[in-house]
Amino acid sequence: MPVALAAVLQTGFLVLLLAAVHVPLGNYMAGVYSGSRHLRAERAVYRIGGIDPDSDQHWSVYTRSLLAFSAVSILVLYLLLRVQAHLPLSLGWTGVAPDGAWNTAVSFVTNTNWQWYSGESTLGHLAQMGGLAVQNFLSAAVGIAVAIALVRGFARQGTDRIGNFWVDLVRGSVRILLPLALLAAIVLVIGGAVQNFDGAREITTITGERQSIIGGPIASQEAIKNLGTNGGGFFNANSAHPFENPTAWTNLIEMFLLLVIPFSLPRTFGRMVGNHRQGTAIVSVMASLWLAAVTVTTSAEMRGFGTVPGAAGGAMEGKELRFGPAASALFAASTTGTSTGSVNSFHDSYTGVGGGVTLLNMMLGEVAPGGVGAGLYGMLVMAVLAVFLAGLMVGRTPEYLGKKIGRKQVTLVALYILTMPTLLLAGAAITAASPGLVDASVQDPGPHGLTEILYAYASAVNNNGSAFAGFGANTPYQNTALGLGMLLGRFVPIILVLALAGSLASQRKVSETTGTLPTHGPVFVGLLGFVVLIVAGLTFFPALALAPLTEALL
Amino acid sequence: MSAFLKQSLAGLRVLLVMTVVLGLGYPLAVYGVGRLMPARADGSLVVVDGETVGSSLIGQAFDGDEWFQSRPSVAGDGYDPLASGASNLGPENRDLLATVEERRAEVAEREGVDPDQVPVDAVTASGSGLDPHISPAYAALQVARVARVRDLTDAVVQDLVARATTSPELGFLGAPRVNVVELNAALLALQQ
Repeated sequence: MPVALAAVLQTGFLVLLLAAVHVPLGNYMAGVYSGSRHLRAERAVYRIGGIDPDSDQHWSVYTRSLLAFSAVSILVLYLLLRVQAHLPLSLGWTGVAPDGAWNTAVSFVTNTNWQWYSGESTLGHLAQMGGLAVQNFLSAAVGIAVAIALVRGFARQGTDRIGNFWVDLVRGSVRILLPLALLAAIVLVIGGAVQNFDGAREITTITGERQSIIGGPIASQEAIKNLGTNGGGFFNANSAHPFENPTAWTNLIEMFLLLVIPFSLPRTFGRMVGNHRQGTAIVSVMASLWLAAVTVTTSAEMRGFGTVPGAAGGAMEGKELRFGPAASALFAASTTGTSTGSVNSFHDSYTGVGGGVTLLNMMLGEVAPGGVGAGLYGMLVMAVLAVFLAGLMVGRTPEYLGKKIGRKQVTLVALYILTMPTLLLAGAAITAASPGLVDASVQDPGPHGLTEILYAYASAVNNNGSAFAGFGANTPYQNTALGLGMLLGRFVPIILVLALAGSLASQRKVSETTGTLPTHGPVFVGLLGFVVLIVAGLTFFPALALAPLTEALL
Repeated sequence: MSAFLKQSLAGLRVLLVMTVVLGLGYPLAVYGVGRLMPARADGSLVVVDGETVGSSLIGQAFDGDEWFQSRPSVAGDGYDPLASGASNLGPENRDLLATVEERRAEVAEREGVDPDQVPVDAVTASGSGLDPHISPAYAALQVARVARVRDLTDAVVQDLVARATTSPELGFLGAPRVNVVELNAALLALQQ
């Protein structure tokens, strides 16, 4: 089969799988967050936590619960990493240094999974499965909870309550993520992903050399790391490692996992606001942007633009042979479009154009289709902005889903949109302007070096976690600064979104008139896609022009 | 602040319960299912004459002309599972360009072919540094040398290559590939 045809069929097959699953899964998730019945296991959790699951919370209380839970999570994970030497299954690894432990604790609680370390030479099994993988579940459930709270803001009226954080957290973990992850992990084991509790086992190779075969709870972590759009690999090589991602078909499963919840949540949104066409509009914008990114990245990697790919005969540096350029590029566009950050190939060695798209994907604010929950609330914020801009053009008070977009809402949206670029550009500028920091971390000379810096901060602030891994991030400064970027990049937008949810929930719905802009048709889909691109374009064009665009022209 | 503290205590208790369920129960459940298929769950080990000689998923370095050669690896000193990873060198990097040219000349000389015939996977390092596969083109290039050194006919070696070759799943997933570990293990088994 010609490779171009195979690439198209592979993408088409993935789209078909997602199209088949997003309706039932989206409906199921809407049911999970709407029902009033608690499972017995859930009641037990609430009892232990001393929580009344039937009391709805004001947005400020919801926010406080979320922040308190996240703060405790960071603290517990930090301590776990610091003392791992004294815990079972440590495999003899020492405790993690303070700056690294801070970075990793923040990284996993913010759903980023930025990794300055190599799992196979830093962490024991208990730290991986009892610390990191637990946050893979919980940080994902937090992201979905925030999206659901915002959707409730649109769906409800005349109330100051937006749901119960603890209930949303527990249900998301127990009813959505856990069963799907369990199923996925078993499928991955069938494909050859390792699942045991062995350490490194010394064997004598075919030629009589020594080699360590490493065991561990790998498949279980691989499943949730992709499903929860987390991305933190058991190994340094992440999903390029054959024990994490053994074959071309497990690779397809993993791409499906990292896309399935983000692409299903718009259906959940449509169902909860009582109009499926609203969800269809949102998913159309996400899918169009994702497909565009996939197309450009795939064709760039398959053609192998650039000096080294030209000399080598293709862009295979940093890529696995069982995937080849097409399945690597599809994974890369999907992992950066979803804020996952797991990689099956190394973006730093991508062609200028292919690597540039992975960077641009993050700079769009992770909305195509974005991380679990974060993608939906990010896109809904953009939708509010799009409605506002359209309202300005025709001189009418803008409304979205019957809610008036007034001064308060627009202020929150504006702050949301400014947060990510401010953190990203300020963080990258400080490193780029300090020769000491550049020498300590940047690997490649010229524009590629600037791309490495921009990529690191784009990844941290957008909670993606992938890297242009030539960037030496394990310095006390970068560990601290990138940790701060992840923390602020996650929680400042969340606070703003929950405030927006509260302000929307308290409004009464206004009835639709002939002057209301319909937000489910192709015109709105086009407008929203345009707004997403124009906001990112205006913000980041100068930086992109200096780095990946310059490199692509070399 | 006391409200925040109260929420934090609730959060700590919820976190601990969820850690037991998600951090212990979940991996143990997957482990339990994995015991039904230990050959897969324990790393797809390759056994020759009762000795475990590697994993068919984890590539190895093969020194000597009697072996099929793997792709270049930058994991440690090459194929070190304790240091998985890629070069991360960019597409315009001069050092990487020089390395690629060096590898090309080396492979061309070893196989006695024109440098233009050396395929891309022979001159580039993989993402994991543990890639167990090479392309059918790179395998074909090595058949004559391995057969000559081992005093086998080309046909026998070609047959072993064919048995270690995987086609893309469903016809369109991934790339056609030859597993070097399985191939060299078959050579070892053949002549023991």
